[in-house]
Amino acid sequence: MTSVEPAGERRIALVDLLDRVLAGGVVIAGEVTLSVADVDLEHVSLRTLITSVSAIEQQDRRP
Amino acid sequence: MAEETGVWLYAVTRGQITARLTELRGVGGEPVRSVKADDLLAVVSSVSLDEFGETALQRNLEDLDWLAATARAHDTVVNAVVRAAPTVPFRLATLYLGDERVRGLLVGYHDELGAALDRLAGRTEWGVKATADPDAFTLPVQQPAAAPAGGGAGTAYLLRRKAQLAAAQDGERRAAAIAEELHTALAQMSVAARRHPPQDPQLAGTHAWMVLNGTYLVDDPSGEDFAAAVRTLEANYPGVRLELTGPWPPYSFASIGQVRE
Repeated sequence: MTSVEPAGERRIALVDLLDRVLAGGVVIAGEVTLSVADVDLEHVSLRTLITSVSAIEQQDRRP
Repeated sequence: MAEETGVWLYAVTRGQITARLTELRGVGGEPVRSVKADDLLAVVSSVSLDEFGETALQRNLEDLDWLAATARAHDTVVNAVVRAAPTVPFRLATLYLGDERVRGLLVGYHDELGAALDRLAGRTEWGVKATADPDAFTLPVQQPAAAPAGGGAGTAYLLRRKAQLAAAQDGERRAAAIAEELHTALAQMSVAARRHPPQDPQLAGTHAWMVLNGTYLVDDPSGEDFAAAVRTLEANYPGVRLELTGPWPPYSFASIGQVRE
């Protein structure tokens, strides 16, 4: 890693994080994983969710 | 009666779990531990199926507070693993019914996971979001000197409106073309590049257009050059703002072979 930042001090916007952990990362389906690993995150209406999260964060930032 | 538990998987790496990792609290405030098979190490937490079982998960994922806390806890652990060694991050909400199932994953996908670890080693994900100022891209519509022959104020209004919409569309096209140029330039400095869907710009409190939500896998020695290039590109494109985010664990580049994405 090029920049040294102690864990927990990275300034991460939630929308940027959700872009990655909801749509990125390894997904394994099939025999090897059973049960909840097959939860389909599309049911969560991702863009609507991320949009709502953005709105909440914006409200939190107002003085 | 014992509480039903599942196993939440954060990431896969090699070697041993670090003392630092075992001091972390992960999702649900649970301790972090590992499951080992051969040279691979899965970093996990035991979680209650009351909160993380399939039905509860569907409900909780739609609770923004729960989702935010869980996503941040997942990322905190994943980031800690990445800082120690090459790591393959897993998607949020990857759960197994027990350690044996996790071990089965490590054994069943050993080669694919190993290849992914080698591919991601020494590389970091950086995000670049580009937003365009509509005022900078939309050419002003000329007001006609006089009402068009044979038409009145209504016709004039409709013609002006049509011209404004056309100007806005033209502006959007040009901004999108610039986004393509930016993405291409950034991709050339990266090992791999992807575009996420644009985020809704209205919620940023401006009327800016988000024309690029790119993410780039960059060799660590080139990280500073990449950041400098982002600043240079921004200077070269008036009316476009670039925001660099990261460093990220390589979530967006963590595919392993014939896996459903």
